[in-house]
Amino acid sequence: MKKTYNAAADALDGLLFDGMTIMSGGFGLCGIPENYILAIRDAGVKDITVISNNCGVDGFGLGLLLETRQISKMVSSYVGENKEFERQYLAGELELEFNPQGTLAERIRAGGAGIPGFYTKTGVGTVIADGKEHKDFDGETYILETGLVADLSIVAAELGDAQGNLIYRRTARNFNPMIASAGKTTLAEVERLVPMGELNPDHIHTPGIFVQRIIEAPREKRIEQRTVREKETA
Amino acid sequence: MAWDRNQMAARAAKELKDGFYVNLGIGIPTLVANYIPEGVDVTLQSENGMLGMGPFPYEDEIDADLINAGKQTITELDRTSYFSSADSFGMIRGGHIDLSILGAMEVSGKGDLANWMIPGKMVKGMGGAMDLVAGVKRVVVVMDHASKKGAPKLLHECSLPLTGQQVVDLVITNLGVFEVTRGKGMALIELADGVSLDEVKAQTEAEFEVRV
Repeated sequence: MKKTYNAAADALDGLLFDGMTIMSGGFGLCGIPENYILAIRDAGVKDITVISNNCGVDGFGLGLLLETRQISKMVSSYVGENKEFERQYLAGELELEFNPQGTLAERIRAGGAGIPGFYTKTGVGTVIADGKEHKDFDGETYILETGLVADLSIVAAELGDAQGNLIYRRTARNFNPMIASAGKTTLAEVERLVPMGELNPDHIHTPGIFVQRIIEAPREKRIEQRTVREKETA
Repeated sequence: MAWDRNQMAARAAKELKDGFYVNLGIGIPTLVANYIPEGVDVTLQSENGMLGMGPFPYEDEIDADLINAGKQTITELDRTSYFSSADSFGMIRGGHIDLSILGAMEVSGKGDLANWMIPGKMVKGMGGAMDLVAGVKRVVVVMDHASKKGAPKLLHECSLPLTGQQVVDLVITNLGVFEVTRGKGMALIELADGVSLDEVKAQTEAEFEVRV
């Protein structure tokens, strides 16, 4: 079966519907599937629940889907850098579910691995634990968290092949591998689509079984906090 | 005279032990990396998915694919490894990280910590803070002793929503250092240069033993 597509809009064909749940890889603006986000904006699908650690910034990344009011609910751990997010949330236009970052990562991993729930000590004694089952193991209290899956997962990687095998680069890996595993359908965008056999099988992070469609597309890779040090002058 | 940000960071750096894997929070905790003692080898973890975090890059080294948990550009070292955020929080939750140094809005005498939300104000989210305080072996808080309005931040009970319950082991403020026995109480173990016990008492709501 052919997995390669020419452009993000082609790869999304037939997969979008109003009220759907979409998971998007990335941390901040690092390793986000920029091309799929743009194509989802252009497709105009509405009432989306987005599961993603962050929600982009004003005018870039998932922030674009806020501007167009396509997102009705966010499941995230941190949404700091986004004025439009704040405005919509405070106006009651946007639903928000906060998850501790590690709990979010594990819920997605669990969802992709067929695990409906797990116990964690993260959040015990906080509002995160409200209404959740508590259980003691060896004298310590844990809470039940559930696995997460999505109608569609979109991820970004540096390298990929026609079978959907993916290799991420540096900290752009972040949430992408778990999100790739937790979508009913997963779309990958890669900087370079290489000929079959060129990826070292020992180095593949996401095996192709998790990826149904793949495109090669450049990303802008905007930097959120550009921090540098000065060269010492001798 | 009380400690400034750099002096607080330098004091926190004394908590670093040779061979430690350490996670540093945003703000003053980030400065701790500048004061790692001579002969002490520590590996810094960034919870988005990196062990062995290097310094900020030179202008010509900037890489959009290489950022820390504060979304700042950074560099790698020869010991660096990268992994997914699930593996990263496996390290954190699984008790493999030796020390977490982070900021706080409030700490209670029993070691409860509040640092992620103020009701009625915009909530940005907890990020990895709840996972860090639940899973890391030792949790050190670095914060100003009182709020900008002069209100104590070391309290009987936190008034803000908690990040974790009975999770703090040590609190370093601009006025001194407090050791916390989780669930029991706290003790003042050091005074900052030129700070009197009376000054500390006047700005502290939580009860504390004095062991200076």
